Amino acid sequence: MHGFANPARFLRIARWLTPALLIAGLVVTAAALAYGYFEAPAERLQGETVRILFIHVPTAWLGMAGWITIAAASFVELVWRHPLAALAARGAAVPGAVFAALCLASGSLWGRPAWGTWWVWDGRLTSMLVLLFLYFGYIALAGAIQREGGSSRIAAIFGLVGAVNIPIIHYSVIWWNSLHQPPSLTTGGSAMAGPFLWGLLAATLGFSLIFGGVVLARMRALLAEVQAEARLRRKALET
Amino acid sequence: MREALDPWFFVNAAYALTIGATLALVGWSWLAMRAAERRRQAGRK
Repeated sequence: MHGFANPARFLRIARWLTPALLIAGLVVTAAALAYGYFEAPAERLQGETVRILFIHVPTAWLGMAGWITIAAASFVELVWRHPLAALAARGAAVPGAVFAALCLASGSLWGRPAWGTWWVWDGRLTSMLVLLFLYFGYIALAGAIQREGGSSRIAAIFGLVGAVNIPIIHYSVIWWNSLHQPPSLTTGGSAMAGPFLWGLLAATLGFSLIFGGVVLARMRALLAEVQAEARLRRKALET
Repeated sequence: MREALDPWFFVNAAYALTIGATLALVGWSWLAMRAAERRRQAGRK
């Protein structure tokens, strides 16, 4: 892992991996969503609205995966001081926030016909909304640190502390009464019928590949900005 | 009596929003990356 912390080596890999992940992700996602929209059967109780499953579950997963990435990269930054760890954490923030927002929006659009309401203040929905606000806070804090020149370790500590919300989101439907259904997919198996399960797994894979490509693109942009700024500073000192 | 909701309105809205936002995210991150790398390259000259 230490080998990948070298910016030159990272760029060598990221230059081909970024477009590869984005193209593969867009192709797999397009195929999975076309299946979900046109081919998947209507469900016995939910009817056609079950098609929202193919976007709601992947976006919920990536909303949480984004913060798990931030927390893991923050831990690596604080413990091993890898030069790229802070960039990885910052790179995951915007895509994580976008997918958390999409999870809330698609969930609301699913909730209205399924539950009869756009929103309820229950454990799952509220903890997901808290996650979105944590993303906003992290993005603002990391941006301010970059502009004002503070220590990136403050954002790393915020990233680690915010990770406490992830198990709360996951277990909220078990701990508290909720309109939201309990998890259909667990490590023990699936309660989902085949035509939904395989389409859902394909959509989750596709969106995850896109997420990976976007995180790499963000990291490359942030690295280029840091390097350009460092060069300018060096030039200013020389003159 | 409750008026029946058209399920396709919600399905279409969810798909349009997600596809639009994902494409915007991919496009923005790609263009921002290219612009930042061009600025770094220009600084080297």
